[in-house]
Amino acid sequence: MAFLELENVRKVFGADAPAVEDFNLQVERGDFVSFLGPSGCGKTTTLRMIAGFETPSSGFIRLDKVDITNRPPNQRNVGMVFQAYALFPNMTVGDNIGFGLKIRKQPAEAIRKKVEEMLALIHLPDKGQNYPYQLSGGQQQRVALARALAISPQVLLLDEPLSALDAKIRVELRLEIRRIQRQLGITTIYVTHDQEEAMSLSDRVVVMSRGVMEQVGTPFEIYNYPKTSFVASFVGTLNQLRCTVVDAKSGRLSYNGQHLTTAEPVSQPDGATVTLMLRPEELRLGSEGGENRLTGTVETVNFLGSIVRVSINLGGAPITLDIFNERKLELPWVGQAYTLSFPPHACWVMAEQ
Amino acid sequence: MKSNTFWAWLIVVLGILYFFVPLLATLEFSLRAGRPDHFFSLVAYEKALKDPAFLKSMTLSVEIAVFTIIVTLLIIVPTAYWVHLRLPRLRPVVEFVTLMPFVVPAVVLVFGLIRIYSRPPLAFTYYTWSTNLLLVCAYSVLSFPYMYRAVDTGLRAIDVRTLTEAAQSLGASWATILLRIIFPNLRVALLSGAFLTFAIVVGEFTIAVFLARPTFGPYMSLQIQNKAYEPAALSIISFALTWASMGIIQWVGHRAPGQVQVGGAR
Repeated sequence: MAFLELENVRKVFGADAPAVEDFNLQVERGDFVSFLGPSGCGKTTTLRMIAGFETPSSGFIRLDKVDITNRPPNQRNVGMVFQAYALFPNMTVGDNIGFGLKIRKQPAEAIRKKVEEMLALIHLPDKGQNYPYQLSGGQQQRVALARALAISPQVLLLDEPLSALDAKIRVELRLEIRRIQRQLGITTIYVTHDQEEAMSLSDRVVVMSRGVMEQVGTPFEIYNYPKTSFVASFVGTLNQLRCTVVDAKSGRLSYNGQHLTTAEPVSQPDGATVTLMLRPEELRLGSEGGENRLTGTVETVNFLGSIVRVSINLGGAPITLDIFNERKLELPWVGQAYTLSFPPHACWVMAEQ
Repeated sequence: MKSNTFWAWLIVVLGILYFFVPLLATLEFSLRAGRPDHFFSLVAYEKALKDPAFLKSMTLSVEIAVFTIIVTLLIIVPTAYWVHLRLPRLRPVVEFVTLMPFVVPAVVLVFGLIRIYSRPPLAFTYYTWSTNLLLVCAYSVLSFPYMYRAVDTGLRAIDVRTLTEAAQSLGASWATILLRIIFPNLRVALLSGAFLTFAIVVGEFTIAVFLARPTFGPYMSLQIQNKAYEPAALSIISFALTWASMGIIQWVGHRAPGQVQVGGAR
C-alpha cells in the first residue's frame, strides 16, 4: 500500500463544474511528485485537500494507511509552504521556525536545537533573530520551508513556492528544495504551472487539466510519450500539422502535397485528417535530419542563448525548430526558403481534435 | 502649476486655521483665570485638577472605557476575522450593522435601554454596578463603527487566510491562531480602535446623563454651566490626552515590525 493515497477524490464548489474529478494517485514514501497544469486545472484544490483546507465532496485520502479525509488541518502533521511565504510578521525567523514545535509543547532546549539545525539546513545560520521583513523573498521562502520541515511532517506540500521570485533565485531555490528533500527523504507534493520546474524536480509528474488527471509519469515519459493531446501540447513546445492519411498501414501521410512517413502504422483510416505532432528539437534545417522533408520560408529567428528558435512558414501553418547555438553557427535568413527534415520516429499522430 | 500650488496651500492654511483657532482661543481663555493684570495663569488648571469631582468622574470614565474596549475587542475582532476568512460575502452586511450607531441617535438608544432594562426581570438600572454595565454595553455599540473599521483595515493589510492556514498546518488551534497570530499582527489597528473608543467614552454625555452616571461628560457639562475658565482648561486637558493617545499609536506603529498604521482622530 502506498504511503499517500488519493482514491476517487472529487471536489465540487457550489453549483460549479467539479474542480477535481475522479482523482486517483498513489505516492510512495520519499517520492517527489509534482502537480502540473494551467490555472484552474484543480492542482491547488487537490493539494489543499491533502492539507485539509478543503474537504473532498467524495473519495478518500489516506496517509500511512490512516484515513485523513475529514481530519482538520491542524491534526494532520503535514507541512505546507505557500506562494506568499506566509511567515508570521510579528515573530523573528527563529520563532517562526519554532512555532510548530511550541504548539506541540516541545521543551525550549529542543526547540532551540531544532531551529539551529533548520537554519543550518537552509544556509541562513545567522538570521534567527531577524524579522521576516528584513529578508529577501528567496530567504523568506527558505525560512517558510524550514518552518514547514521543523515539525517533521509526514508529507511536505508546496503550493507554487517559487512563483513570486526572480528567475535566477527561482532556479537556485528549486535546486535547494530538491537537495533538502533528498537529504531528509521526505515525501513531497509540489504544485506548479511551470513545466521546467516540474520536470527538473520531480520523480513523477501529474499533468492536470480541467480538474482531471491527464497523465502520471516520470518527466521523461510525460515529455516523450504523452498520452493525450493536452499533455503533448502543454508540456514543451509542439508543432501541430494537419495531414491526410495516404496509407495507414505503412504510415504514409500527406501535408500540402508533400509526403511524410511515420515509424508506426497510423490507426486512422486512409483519407482521414489527422494531427501530426513534432517537437522542435527533432527537426533539422537542411536534408540531413531524416527522410521526411518539408520546405518553407523562414519567418522569424529568435536567439535564446543556448538555442536558436526558427519559425518556418510551410504555406499557412508555421513550424518551429530549434538549433543548438555555437560560435560559428550561420543563422538562417528571414524570408529565404529552406528545407527542414526529420526522421519517421519523430512523428506522433493523433486523431484530429 | 503655480496657481494650483497657491490654491492647495490656501486650503491647507484655511484648514489649519479652522482647527487651531478655536483651540488657541480656548487655550488663551483658560490662561486668563488669574488677576486681570496677569495674562498667563494656570489657576484654572489648578482648580480643575484639584476638584475631587473631576478625579472621581475621570476615574469612572476611564474604568468604563477600559471595560468597553475589552468587550468591543472580544466582539469585533473574532467577527471581523471570521468575515474576512470565511464569510467575505457578509462584509457589507456587517459593515452596515456596525454603522447603525451613526444612524440611531444616542438618545434613542438610551431610551430603548431604559425602557427594557428598568423593570423586572431586567431591572439593571436599580443598582449602580448594573447601570455601569448598561453603560459599557451602550458604549460598546457606539464604538463598533470605529473599532470595526480599525480592525478591518488591519486585517486587509495582512494575508489573513494564508497566515491562518500556515498556522493550522503547523498544528495551531483557532484560539492559538487568534491570540498568537492575528491579535499581535493587528496590534496597531487594535490600539487605534482602543484609543478611539477611549476618546468616545470619555467625552460621551447623552447616555451617561440619562442613565444618571457621574462620568466625565456630565461633569464637564456641569462645569460649563457654572464656571467660566475651568471648562476651558478641562477641554485643553482632554485634547492633550487625545493627542498623547495618537502619539502613542504612532510610536507603537513605528516600533512594531511589519505593522500597518491605522490613524484616526477625535
